[in-house]
Amino acid sequence: MDLEYKEEDLRFREEVRQFFREHLPPELSEKVRTRRRIQREDAVRWHKILAKKGWIAPGWPVQYGGTGWSSMERHIWAEEYALAYAPPTLSFGLNLLAPVLLGFASEEQKQHYLPRIYHAEDWWCQGYSEPGAGSDLASLKTRAEREGDFYIVNGQKTWTTLGQHADWIFCLVRTSTEGAKQTGISFLLIDMKTPGISVRPIITLDETHEVNEVFFDNVKVPVANLIGEENKGWTYAKYLLGHERTGIAAIGNSKRELKVLKRLALRKQVDGAPLLHAPTFAARVADVEIELMALEMTALSLVADGASHKIGPEASLLKVKGTEISQAISELLLEAAGPAGLAFDPEYLAGHKAHAASGDDELAPLAPHYFNLRKITIFGGSNEVQRNVISKMILGL
Amino acid sequence: MDFRLSEEQQQFADSLQRWIARDYSFEARQKIVASAPGVSDPAYAALTELGALALAVPEEAGGLGGSPEDLMIVMKEIGCGLVIEPYFATVLAADFLRRGGHTAVLEQVAAGTLQLACALNEKEAGHELFNIAVTARADGDAYVLHGSKCAVIHGAQADALVVSVRTSGAPRDQDGISLLYVPRDTPGMSITEYRTYDGQRAASVVFDQARLPATALIGQAGKGWEILEAATDFGVVLLCAEAVGAMEAANALTLDYLKTRQQFGVPIGTFQVLQHRMADMCMHAELAKSITILATVKAHRAPVNERRKLVSAAKVRVGKAMQFIGQQAIQMHGGMGMTNEMSIAHYFKRLTAIETTLGNTDFHRTRFTRLPEFASA
Repeated sequence: MDLEYKEEDLRFREEVRQFFREHLPPELSEKVRTRRRIQREDAVRWHKILAKKGWIAPGWPVQYGGTGWSSMERHIWAEEYALAYAPPTLSFGLNLLAPVLLGFASEEQKQHYLPRIYHAEDWWCQGYSEPGAGSDLASLKTRAEREGDFYIVNGQKTWTTLGQHADWIFCLVRTSTEGAKQTGISFLLIDMKTPGISVRPIITLDETHEVNEVFFDNVKVPVANLIGEENKGWTYAKYLLGHERTGIAAIGNSKRELKVLKRLALRKQVDGAPLLHAPTFAARVADVEIELMALEMTALSLVADGASHKIGPEASLLKVKGTEISQAISELLLEAAGPAGLAFDPEYLAGHKAHAASGDDELAPLAPHYFNLRKITIFGGSNEVQRNVISKMILGL
Repeated sequence: MDFRLSEEQQQFADSLQRWIARDYSFEARQKIVASAPGVSDPAYAALTELGALALAVPEEAGGLGGSPEDLMIVMKEIGCGLVIEPYFATVLAADFLRRGGHTAVLEQVAAGTLQLACALNEKEAGHELFNIAVTARADGDAYVLHGSKCAVIHGAQADALVVSVRTSGAPRDQDGISLLYVPRDTPGMSITEYRTYDGQRAASVVFDQARLPATALIGQAGKGWEILEAATDFGVVLLCAEAVGAMEAANALTLDYLKTRQQFGVPIGTFQVLQHRMADMCMHAELAKSITILATVKAHRAPVNERRKLVSAAKVRVGKAMQFIGQQAIQMHGGMGMTNEMSIAHYFKRLTAIETTLGNTDFHRTRFTRLPEFASA
């Protein structure tokens, strides 16, 4: 066994760090660091910087603009990305739609859509969940009925993240009600400007507008927008779910947040000493830190030499434990804030004001952050669904 | 970075597994537990034959000079097979001797002809191994020992003991600790054997003016803490490896039970509440394994505080996994888990014993939080 990074991996890490130092606009990393809202134009600006460098789509095949990085390099990239406080990229097109296009779209579709994703010309959102189809996604009801060269789409999608900015939506729609519910689903691309589409915001418990409901009322979609074969959409969606897993454990992010937590807990006093030295609080921080050390080794074991680089159901473990750690740190952050953490100023968080009403800019975002992070054990296949995956795929139950 | 065992290591693990499958079945183990000596000479000879003892001794002292990974392999299989031979006790004591330059007897350890044990615990000390009340008074060219040690694992089976004593200072001082090599026939030393709940043997050792030559000293007089802490840190890593093996076995048994035990006309593993519990057990085992590998590969080469961090982190994470897996394995076996005839009960008991050996979860968590690095952000 050898747990040291190879010379070339260390060089790669340095190259990545240097890139962030030189090209990540400080005002963007500052927004991430202070937990204020990333606007659409911020995301697009950063996306274009990465695209220019050729690093926007590490997971794509090289001929379409991928970087050709090893699994280890992609792990290092994800870690450094978080440590640099870089804002998120337009993930839906890059990481969720693109693999399906690469796997199942026609050459013409690939040539059309992939470069537009690469250069942030289209903002994509995802039309999977419905009011009656959450964890049981295959029970979705949004219909697409064939009429000549068009599908007529009727129904409703929900939890559509950042759909308010989207130019396009990729949808799972029902094209058949025969046989098993999984067999009548198709994968359809829909222009958000098409008549009959309406978007309604959903305000989440942290009073932000991240997710939406999207309604389809007799929306005409060209048949050319179908990906792959009709009624095969479930296969494509499942392929997608098992595809993009780099960084799912959020190791870099949690390392970063743990430091933030410790800094805060060193400043806060209890019994005349720093909170971080109070035995009960210290014990809880230690448990998270140790869990993170263990998870990092598990994640590394999946990208090291000799690992099967196609990460399978082990990704479920990374998701469950990674999200539990992230949530635990957000909880400790809020607790460390104490009563001052009660303050809530959405105007400040949205970037409309220079300072929080409470006068404490550092503590102002901690409660909304805690509330917002409750989503991570729900989305992307809830942690309960991940346990189903482990019990079926790994344990054979 | 590479997490794979070398081909040689894999073969070594396979040969240990084959030996356990052939000669150390659960039934065979239970017979040894019930026997008068509580250990098996043929089993110890087999471990020696396989090279497990020689790996724990440096080449220059007549061994094979195995790496911590090699010993992790042995301990993992020992955990998996619930082996109760005095391997760990001997290897830990040998590590004290190696660190203290007391290497003359190590060749016998490698050859399997000398079994050792470590007398480190005292009744009032809990997990604080520096809390030592046993005194060794210098008397001319000799030390005279007084006081008693408890929970000396395999103490009655050992040919000699490594004993931590106080040659100066107050009970909790880290200065003034010395380590002595004490042969079993030393006059003034009496050993009382008893069973431990995990099928092993332990002993109380009382020193009543026991006289030892100055040559019994391991390392420097009064400076034993450094060796004691380093050697027991190494011991913690070995115990974590044993725990990983025992947890993997307990999980395999439980999974098998879920697939075969029928209730309400179906295997109980079809119930989601049990599936999710099993998934959690699986994740606990995986993270425990990961952090054990980390500590095994890195701790022995790390600077002191980094070593402390790695070792205590491993014991904490493994401790949590042991408790969850042990308790839930019994729960999911239902009434059968409560019977002493099922091996699962014995895995649970061994995991419970490891928790309290060389520092429990709380002890190591506190140690972790008191390291300078914990508060540097």
